[in-house]
Amino acid sequence: MNSIRIPRLLRPLLAVGLILTPLLAFAQEEATIDTGDTAWMLTATALVLFMTIPGLSLFYAGLVRAKNVLSVLMQCFAITAMMSLLWAIYGYSLAYTDGGSLQSVIGGFERLFLSGMTVDSVAGTIPESVYMTFQMTFAIITPALIVGAFAERMKFSAMLVFMALWLTLVYVPIWHWVWGGGWIAHLGTIMGLTEEGGEALDFAGGTVVHINAGIAALMAAIVLGPRKGYPGTAMPPHNLGLTVMGASMLWVGWFGFNAGSELAADGTAGMAMTVTQLATATAALTWMFAEWINHGKPSVLGIATGAVAGLVAITPASGTAGPMGAIAIGFAGAFFAFIASTKLKRKFGYDDSLDVWGVHGVAGIVGAILTGVFAAPFLGGAGLAGGVDSIGVQVLIQFVSVVVTLVYGGALSLLILLVVKSTMGLRVNEEEETMGLDLSQHDERGYIL
Amino acid sequence: MKLVSAVIKPFKLDDVREALGDIGVSGITVVEVKGFGRQKGHTELYRGAEYVVDFLPKIKVEIAVDDAMVDQVIEAISNAARTGKIGDGKIFVFELEQVIRIRTGETGVDAL
Repeated sequence: MNSIRIPRLLRPLLAVGLILTPLLAFAQEEATIDTGDTAWMLTATALVLFMTIPGLSLFYAGLVRAKNVLSVLMQCFAITAMMSLLWAIYGYSLAYTDGGSLQSVIGGFERLFLSGMTVDSVAGTIPESVYMTFQMTFAIITPALIVGAFAERMKFSAMLVFMALWLTLVYVPIWHWVWGGGWIAHLGTIMGLTEEGGEALDFAGGTVVHINAGIAALMAAIVLGPRKGYPGTAMPPHNLGLTVMGASMLWVGWFGFNAGSELAADGTAGMAMTVTQLATATAALTWMFAEWINHGKPSVLGIATGAVAGLVAITPASGTAGPMGAIAIGFAGAFFAFIASTKLKRKFGYDDSLDVWGVHGVAGIVGAILTGVFAAPFLGGAGLAGGVDSIGVQVLIQFVSVVVTLVYGGALSLLILLVVKSTMGLRVNEEEETMGLDLSQHDERGYIL
Repeated sequence: MKLVSAVIKPFKLDDVREALGDIGVSGITVVEVKGFGRQKGHTELYRGAEYVVDFLPKIKVEIAVDDAMVDQVIEAISNAARTGKIGDGKIFVFELEQVIRIRTGETGVDAL
């Protein structure tokens, strides 16, 4: 994702020297609002919110047991509300604005409480209010993804505290590093691989969103421990119909996520939509056939999960890959996510209940690495990052950006979890867990039949 | 009088109902049940997690009949419910002490 849209002709100029200058100030002086771009971004923002509520929340709701259906819907809904406020109060400012002497690690306070953002503020070619809200929907879905890892056993209060801290200490800094002009935006130069530029390519959020949520999910699954009875007791999904509906909404909403990340209604946005569709279709079929071959039947849960893995995998590549590259990325994303979710999880024994790490983490990593391959023009891509002259160098930059996200996101998530665990506790007690979170945390039941 | 209780495959219910109607049975009671026999259960698989489901859904049909009708009823159910594959079910026959029609107070064969 470009943090703001720079006219194409100006991009080489930026790559040469202006990349370090405050992009916002630059845009405000030069740019005017394009109504076509604005119309599309208003739509894309609604689509990305639609991914979380109801898309992701239904996807998750169907996968848990009937006694916990409301709890995951509630968690996603509450996260939506809470992150909206946190993003407006300080998240957006710390992620997006210029951090001055600390610019390489964190943004500044210019937009604290959204101060200074008026109806006349412009980001690229769209109103800044639209840009800020679009990014808000990303700050909503990323923590909401983590819910799947600790489903059916986390205290609601602890969940809120964990999520607020996680957005602040993990999501916002990584957002700034990758998209806000921080150090990952010119990682190649820092590593001495390129003379200038050398950004880790992440069009719509492979590292910032999916790997980030994935590693936090894995940490949460490990720190909270498995659900009571896991893996001996049967815990089948209680309503796969909801799950398929949710996955379908995610698929639709993801066009806002990926094509919207161009921040304009242009050719790159159009291609982002095409590659998103192709990667997702490939991934859905890949998982379906993998299960068919392995277990003798093609499953509904399998094809829906495969689609999500494909959406995740193509996310970082959606602005650079070509159509055939997308098919390769979709295939690889689903294949590795399938192995991780159906084989590795059982082998290692952690209870990532709804496979957030297995799907988002693993397919996110596969996608982030392959982004560096399929950006190459001779493979149908739109081109490597500025200053990068070979696939090998780009892949190395991608790899390091993945490792950085895993290490920083993993370590900070672990720390936050341990702090919350030692102060207020993370889990409901055994009785409450057996009763189900709907009754124990909310005094409600999902089904009164 | 006898009470014939037959556990059958659910998709055979309509055939059994029709066969019993053809031989003049005037009423049956149907219950959805679960259980296992030689067919055992089946397995379900969710993202690699395999669950053994021990009990399969079956339909239990109960018919109260006059002694003279029992063999006919057993034959009708057997023919209608048979697929030849494992899991076709079983028929149990009990002695039936008394039958009362609640509306009229009739008893015995008259109440059938």
